[in-house]
Amino acid sequence: MALPTLVIRADAEMGIRRHGREAYPHECCGALFGRDQLVTEAFALPNATGEGARRRFLVRPADYRAAERRAIELGEELVGFYHSHPDHPARPSRYDLDHAWPVFAYVIVSVEGGNPVALTSWRLREDRSAFDEEPIALESHGENEKQTEERREETGEA
Amino acid sequence: MANKILIPTPLRAYAGKQDVVEAEGGTVGELLANMTAEYADLRNHLYTEDGKLRNFVNIYVNDDDIRYLEKEQTPIKPGDTVSIIPSVAGGGRA
Ligand SMILES: [Zn+2]
Repeated sequence: MALPTLVIRADAEMGIRRHGREAYPHECCGALFGRDQLVTEAFALPNATGEGARRRFLVRPADYRAAERRAIELGEELVGFYHSHPDHPARPSRYDLDHAWPVFAYVIVSVEGGNPVALTSWRLREDRSAFDEEPIALESHGENEKQTEERREETGEA
Repeated sequence: MANKILIPTPLRAYAGKQDVVEAEGGTVGELLANMTAEYADLRNHLYTEDGKLRNFVNIYVNDDDIRYLEKEQTPIKPGDTVSIIPSVAGGGRA
């Protein structure tokens, strides 16, 4: 079964990659705001894990609540969360599956040696048995942002 | 007398698309049992197969986590609001 495409605004996607690079070698995490299959904003949150931030992330209840409040302030909805996989593929782990919430988009960015590479999005199956990958499309407001990002990639500037 | 239960975004689809539902009960456990009797699809996302609350499911009475009260035995008074609040967790390597 093919899932519908998740559309991510280019600046939100860039924000996820930047956060992944800044947090490396630790995992970053954050909330995704938008509506239905559109992500308009990525909202960085602290990684509060006590189990080793190189391979775990945790959004505390207080930060979750703050994210829901922020979504309402923006007139948007909380549509999912993102996190990074430092030096690990952009596929959900067993641990991701065991802790997943339904409905949300789970965006994962793989960060290899400090450089964000693959970025994927996943949805939990209704019976919690697995994640299914959904296609991603970027919505750009013009070419400027893309070129800016490419320059940052080249210079390594955060 | 029914109390309000606040439903987080990812569970609203299983609670009649509502962000607040009402249920009766003298304790948190009774309240949640009455809620899942009405909205059975919530059960699988809140409880493990052996009937325990999943560890990334946080239940608050007003502003307090029931883990630091009397867990599911925490008494509910008229006017108390119960919130279901996700911890969002995951990671890379197992
Ligand atoms: Zn993960």
